[in-house]
Amino acid sequence: MKVLAAMSGGVDSSVAAALLVEDGHDVTGVTLRLWAGAAVDAGCCSEAEIDDARRVAHQLGIDHVAWTFTDEFDALVVAPYVAAHAAGRTPNPCIECNRHLKFGRLLRRAAALGFDAVATGHHARNDPPGVLRRGADPDKDQSYVLYVLGQEELAQCLFPVGHLTKAEVRAHASSLGLVTADKPDSQDVCFITTAGGREAFLSPRIALTPGRVVGLDGAAVGRVDAVELVTVGQRRGLGTGGGDRRFALSVDPSTGTVVAGSLADLYTDRVELTDLTWVGGQPEPAGEVEAQSSAHGRPVAATFDGSSVVIFAEPHRRVAPGQSVVLYDGDRVLGGGIAAG
Amino acid sequence: MRPGLRSLVGMPAYFDNAATTAMRAEAVEAMLPFLRERFGNPSGSHALAREARKALDEARDVVAGCLGAEPGEVVFTGGGTEADNLAVAGSHRLRGGTVVCSAVEHHAVLHACADLGGRLAPVTADGVVDLDRLAEVLDADVTVVAVMLVNNEVGTVQPLADIADVVRRLAPSAVLHTDAVAAFSWIDVAAVARVADLVAVSAHKFGGPKGVGALVVRQPVKVAPILYGGGQERDRRSGTHNVAGIVAMAAAMQAAVAERADVVARVGALRDRLADGLLAAVPESRETGRRDTKVAGNCHISFTGVESEALLMLLDGAGVYASAGSACASGAVEPSHVLAAMGVPRDRALGSLRLTLGRDTTAADVDLALAVIPPAVARLRNAAQ
Repeated sequence: MKVLAAMSGGVDSSVAAALLVEDGHDVTGVTLRLWAGAAVDAGCCSEAEIDDARRVAHQLGIDHVAWTFTDEFDALVVAPYVAAHAAGRTPNPCIECNRHLKFGRLLRRAAALGFDAVATGHHARNDPPGVLRRGADPDKDQSYVLYVLGQEELAQCLFPVGHLTKAEVRAHASSLGLVTADKPDSQDVCFITTAGGREAFLSPRIALTPGRVVGLDGAAVGRVDAVELVTVGQRRGLGTGGGDRRFALSVDPSTGTVVAGSLADLYTDRVELTDLTWVGGQPEPAGEVEAQSSAHGRPVAATFDGSSVVIFAEPHRRVAPGQSVVLYDGDRVLGGGIAAG
Repeated sequence: MRPGLRSLVGMPAYFDNAATTAMRAEAVEAMLPFLRERFGNPSGSHALAREARKALDEARDVVAGCLGAEPGEVVFTGGGTEADNLAVAGSHRLRGGTVVCSAVEHHAVLHACADLGGRLAPVTADGVVDLDRLAEVLDADVTVVAVMLVNNEVGTVQPLADIADVVRRLAPSAVLHTDAVAAFSWIDVAAVARVADLVAVSAHKFGGPKGVGALVVRQPVKVAPILYGGGQERDRRSGTHNVAGIVAMAAAMQAAVAERADVVARVGALRDRLADGLLAAVPESRETGRRDTKVAGNCHISFTGVESEALLMLLDGAGVYASAGSACASGAVEPSHVLAAMGVPRDRALGSLRLTLGRDTTAADVDLALAVIPPAVARLRNAAQ
C-alpha cells in the first residue's frame, strides 16, 4: 500500500512509520506546520519537531515532506478556541485539529495524491477495519480525541502503534536507534507555551474581564482577574479565601460572573451535547454506554437519551462547556459531542 | 524519492534554477586545488599564504570586471544574504536615518529593512516598483534605498535607472543598493547596476558554489562592518577568506558572462514554449508578471483551485523539480509576500508554480514538464470536487 505517515516528530508516529516500512508498505512521511504564530516551546509543529520527523524519515529510508496548513489551523482551530474562551467555555483545540486538519485536510490531500491510507501515531485501533477501538495501552489510549472521525475518514486511517503499549513503542524505537526514542511525550496544546499558559495566549487576542464570584444565592464570595480563564469544575483561583471549598459551577463573561458552589453542587446527573458524531453508531435510546469526558478521564456508566443528553448512572462532576464527551461500548468508540452551555 | 523510483521516470527535469544552479565544471576545477594543496590563508606572509593571496587578487579582478566595479570596491562575503545584510545594515550603521526597500525584496533585504524600522515601496500588479509611490515614501531623511534588480520569485526586472533618478532627486543623501542575486545569469549587471552604489551577488545562482558572494561598495560610499574580527576586506568583512569559493565564483562568473547572451536567447525560447504550452493546456491558468519585463529563465504560473504543495509533490514524483516560490528552511511552502505585494489574490497565490530554467535546461525538459503538469493539475482539481 502507498501510505502517508503523519509524523509529528514524536516517538509514537516515528514508530508508526517504522512499522509500516517493516510491513513492506511504500511510505512517505509528512509533518504538518500548523501554528505560524510566535515560537512555541512544545507541540507538533515547531521547526525542531519537523527536523526530528525528517531525521527519523532518513533513518527509515523514506521520503519526508512538510506541509503548511497554517491558514486552516488559524481559521478552524485557533479562532474557535479563542472565541470559545471569550464565551466562557473550555474548548479542546486538539479535537478540532483532528476533525478539520489531521483527519480532514490531510486525508483529502493524501487521497488526491493517490495515497491509499494515512497513518498516525495515535494509540487507538481501527480493528477490525471500520471499528474504532481504544489503544492497547490503557494509560496512553487516545481514542477519545478520535471520536470526531466519520466512517469515511476511518476507512482511510491506520494506527500502527494502537496495539502496542507505550513501553513497547519506546523499545521498538530504541531497537531501531530512532532519534526520537527517548523524547518525552507532548501533553500540551501546541500553540500554548508552558511559561505563559492560556493567559499569555489569550490576553492579546481577547479582552480578559475581571469578574465577581457569587454563590448559588447570588451573594458575592470572591473575585477573579479573568472570567474567560475560569473552567467549570475549577477550585483554585476563585478568590474565595478560606472556609468551605468552592468550585466554579458556571461562567458568564457577558455579566462578568462566575457562580461557585460546594463539591456537591458541582455534581450533576447529565450533560447535553452538541455537534454529535457517531463513528461507531448512535446508541439506542436508554442503551447503556460508558462516557468519558476528558482525554485521560475515567469512563463512567451512562445512558444516552437518543437525541442529545447523556445521563450518568452515578452523580458526575459537571462537564465544562466546550469539552468533549465520548461514548464507548466497552473499548469501542461509538461517538460523542461537545458539552453545551 | 528513492533512486529506484526515480529511474522509472527517466531523467528528472530541473526547473529550480532560482533556488540554486548546478556548478559549472570550470568552477569545480578552479576550486579543487584550494581545497587540497593550495590551502593557505591569504592573510599570512609565507609562500603558501602568498599563493592564496595571489589567487584572491586575481579572482577579485575578475569579479570586479564582471560587476563593472574596481577591484577595491569588491567585498567578498559568505553569500547573497550576507551581502544584502552588509549593504542595508552596514549602511544604516554608518548613516542612521530611514531605510526604504521595495515590497518584493528577498527576505535578506526585507527583514534587514524591517529590523531597522524601514518603509516599503509598493509595486504594481506586474511586480515593478511604482515610481510615483516610491517618490511618496522618499524624503531627505532616507539614507538607504534597496531595490532588487530582478525578483527571485516572479523574475520581474526593475527599472533601476528610473528608480535611481527618483532616489537621487528626492533622497539625495541616500545610497542605492540593488540585490542582483537573481539577475546575474540573465542581465548585464556590470552595465545595468552602474547606477547603484551597492550591488549584491551570490555565486551559487550562476554555477558557483554555495556560501560565497560579493558586495560591490562603490567609491566613495562606505559601509560599516556587521561582523567583527581580523579586518579582512579593508575592514568591511572580517573572517578568513573562503579562497576556494571565491576562486570558483570568479570562474563561474567569467563563464556566465561569456555565454550570457547565448543562454538568454536559447533559454528564453524554451521558457516561452513552456509558458505558452502550459497556459494553452491548463484552463484557468495565469502567468504572473508581464513576459517582456521578466528575465528569460522565469516561468511563474498560477493555477486556480490547486494547492502548490500538492502539485509539487506530484511533479516531484514524475521527475519535474520545481518550487512554489521561496521555500522556508523546513521545505514547507510559505505564503508569498511577493505575490501579495502584487495584489495576486490569495487563492491564486496558493496555486502558484515557479519553474526556473537555466543554462542546462533542454528541450526534453520542457517536453517532460508539458507532459506532466497539465494532467497533474487536472487530477488535483478533480480530487478537490
